Amino acid sequence: MSVQITVNINGEDVTREEEPRKLLVHFIRETPGLTGTHWGCDTSNCGACVVLMDGKPVKSCTVLAAMAQGHQIRTVESLERDGRLDPVQQGFHELHALQCGFCTPGMMMTARALLDANPDPSEAEIRTAISGGICRCTGYKNIVAAIRWAAEHPATVEQEA
Amino acid sequence: MAVTTENLPSGEQERPIGFGRLKRKEDARFIRGKGNYLDDIRLPGMLHAAILRSPYAHAKINSIDTSAALAHPNVAAVITAKDLETLGLAWMPTISYDTQAVLAGDKVRFQGQEVACVIATDEYSARDALALIEVDYDPLPAVVNARKALDPDAPLIRDDKQGQLDNLASPTWEAGDEEAADRVFAEADVVVEQDMIYPRCHPAPLETCGMIADFNPQTGQLDIYNGNQAPHAHRTVYAHVAGLAEHMIRIRCNDIGGGFGNKVPVYPGYVCAIAGSIVAGRPVKWIEDRSENLMSTGFARDYVMHGAICAKDGRITGLKVDVIADHGAFDSTAQPTKFPAGFFHICCGSYALEAAHVKVKAVYTNKAPGGVAYRCSFRITEAVYLVERMVGALAMEMGVDPIELRMRSFIAPEQFPYETTTGWTFDSGDYANTMRVAMEIAGYDELRREQAEKRARGELMGIGVAFFTEGVGAGPRKHMDILGLSMNDGADLRIHPSGKAVVSLSCQTQGQGHETTFAQIVAEELGIPPEDVEVRHGDTDKSPYGLGTYGSRSTPVSGGAVAIVSRKVRDKARLIAATMLETRPEDLAWEKGRWYVKGDPEQGVLIEQIAARAYSGEPLPEGYEGGLDAQVIYDPPNLTYPYGAYIAVVDIDPETAAVKVRRFIAVDDCGVRINPMIVDGQIHGGIAEGIGIALMEVITFDEEGNCLNGSFMDYLIPTALECPDFELGATVTPCPHHPLGAKGVGESPNVGTPPAIVAAVIDALHETHGVTHIDMPCTPARVWAAMQGRPEPPQ
Ligand code: FES
Ligand code: FES
Repeated sequence: MSVQITVNINGEDVTREEEPRKLLVHFIRETPGLTGTHWGCDTSNCGACVVLMDGKPVKSCTVLAAMAQGHQIRTVESLERDGRLDPVQQGFHELHALQCGFCTPGMMMTARALLDANPDPSEAEIRTAISGGICRCTGYKNIVAAIRWAAEHPATVEQEA
Repeated sequence: MAVTTENLPSGEQERPIGFGRLKRKEDARFIRGKGNYLDDIRLPGMLHAAILRSPYAHAKINSIDTSAALAHPNVAAVITAKDLETLGLAWMPTISYDTQAVLAGDKVRFQGQEVACVIATDEYSARDALALIEVDYDPLPAVVNARKALDPDAPLIRDDKQGQLDNLASPTWEAGDEEAADRVFAEADVVVEQDMIYPRCHPAPLETCGMIADFNPQTGQLDIYNGNQAPHAHRTVYAHVAGLAEHMIRIRCNDIGGGFGNKVPVYPGYVCAIAGSIVAGRPVKWIEDRSENLMSTGFARDYVMHGAICAKDGRITGLKVDVIADHGAFDSTAQPTKFPAGFFHICCGSYALEAAHVKVKAVYTNKAPGGVAYRCSFRITEAVYLVERMVGALAMEMGVDPIELRMRSFIAPEQFPYETTTGWTFDSGDYANTMRVAMEIAGYDELRREQAEKRARGELMGIGVAFFTEGVGAGPRKHMDILGLSMNDGADLRIHPSGKAVVSLSCQTQGQGHETTFAQIVAEELGIPPEDVEVRHGDTDKSPYGLGTYGSRSTPVSGGAVAIVSRKVRDKARLIAATMLETRPEDLAWEKGRWYVKGDPEQGVLIEQIAARAYSGEPLPEGYEGGLDAQVIYDPPNLTYPYGAYIAVVDIDPETAAVKVRRFIAVDDCGVRINPMIVDGQIHGGIAEGIGIALMEVITFDEEGNCLNGSFMDYLIPTALECPDFELGATVTPCPHHPLGAKGVGESPNVGTPPAIVAAVIDALHETHGVTHIDMPCTPARVWAAMQGRPEPPQ
């Protein structure tokens, strides 16, 4: 059995016939060009799959694609606009907040949501905000610093990386 | 000379050419979500594989019925051991000369073992069909406790091996001098003994393991996409296992979401993907889920250890160690051939001992195979944990400060190169200096005062110290090989006519920043800006042969290769420059990026001018073939020996026994730092993993062999809340034999962190609760039991 599902991803409607059980993370990743959202666990623990749903971070492995119908999804691919990096992207690059890069999309989307809600977060607030995700490479120190950097450079848009 | 990260020569300033802090080239794709990881690849007509796994730790297989699964409309094939037998693929060699079942035919030997493989049009259908396979098992008693594996009544696990009558996986292996050690112990003033376990844990990279195999029956070409740490060695293994011609196999690694040792071995799932593609004639993708990763792929450690240490006249003089290694059901530990216990016998640590003796034997149990080095150079993590716990216990017994005892016992700077009693030649070091830098950053005396005050108020604060010396960068061809392949690495450097360069490497990045670091080495040696140096790796068709990235090998071995290949190119450039400048090569001098006439520095040619000339129709030196390139294989003369001093400060909640790491100070000496930003990043990541191992990460089993930590709900990995804001320092003692003076660093923090944290936990509880030892992980339940004087719950 399959149903027609339409999800608005990064401002564009994506419509496909899918099984109702299709996870949002798979729906996104099977959309050409959108493999930046990753998958890392079976139990909603790792945060590699975090996307924004109506501006709020959600673990897309724990949302059915059908449940996203009628909602606005934003993925990592939407952060850069017109060739200009989001300050979060720039901060991650400036302060070496990524190594293998696998957790990075989820971490950056979580950071974007945090800064949208709280433009000047403390270190403790940043650590709490990203604690739903796992990074196996960086020990979080530089991720925390990168998010602070982004908070301090809200208008940094020149493209460097 | 003591230096901190702030005043390192290459320090924080941004330097465009050569060593120093340089932001990473690879970031550009990752921050845009444009990495190319395994699961991002979709080939036309690709099928998906899923693997049925054993629910039992030990059971006889009576029958496997795949008919219902085969009837599923989306299933293309179901593979069992019987099908693999016809392809000659039922068993595969492990990297330790054992054999491992690809799919179980006779019986299953651990929970999670591969039993059947479904190939279907999509992953959802493949996993649905697993539930349709009927397997009839007869459960057998399981061997779970390594200490009981050799009991006479222990069930025999490896009845597949001819002549195997018990569960001994490898006989006792020894290093050092037992008689000399006995003498030193007999003469000692103090002797301390301690049982301890380095429990089973798992590297658990964020991206799990997987493969896409694409066999072309027309051409006989096998294309493999697979994130692994040693693509060239894997290709050789597949050629042997599958009987395919090695030159018709191509492995591409692309981007890898972390490895940490987990992506060194060849797994049954890979062979299933290859077999599936051969059977189906189409590309097959297999990607394990997280439970499969934790329950079946390479675990780490699982060393049951007994240590004895002694001191005379206030100094450490001897060490004796007896180890049982738990290899699980198949011996697939990752070690160089001549070292069945890896480099465990480096366990004399950083101390000038008079004698030491080490014994290691290995057993089979009904647990997943592995014994990979989780961010570790071949069992050095276990070795350092053992010796540092023993030194801590000895200091406690002697009533001296743990740093003081270490300071008295360190190998002195003038003793290098230092021959250890178990046969290692340490290259260089000034241990006491590095220890002092750590004490300064920590404010050690102040911390001890704070601890005393808190103790008086009933608060539990602990300070833990660890000092390690690692041997990394395996290794010299005459001593070290894996499956007969020497542990050397190649580099191939081509300078194009425009002066841009491509350097191809046999080592494989999993996040370590090779595309930046290796470009910096070429930049330092040739003066070509790093952005003009393309680093190529991970594609066996486009890179020279070599053994890959693990054991902190990349900088010590491939870094040496890249330095030497760059120097070869520089020498060739000198010949061309001499022709261009109409002088003799010996009359030229080099400055970064330019050969010029000695005594007339205005007269010179840039490397890009030389490159243009090398490919032009203009005259070249007599006998010169043309072009500007070179290849090398680097055979390191010795390991490199990075070291470090770590101090942990923990607070323990007296009511919940929860351990909080409040501060963590790490001073590493990894020789010359090519990119200090990347080095620091490696240290941060390793400390976090070390905190995990010390406090949270463990794979345990119940008495029937059921794995109790098969998901991230139970296998706990530190988040940003468990990690403090690490405080790093650095000293720089160049490696005397490495072309760049570098030593390797990736694993050091994982070696040094667990003993520092465990020492801090014990330090917090020793005076008030009489605790002298706690085994990892120091979970609240285990720490609480220790505080009550009860035996700790089993790991
Ligand atoms: S994939 Fe791990 S939380 Fe979604
Ligand atoms: S950068 Fe590798 S998991 Fe975070």
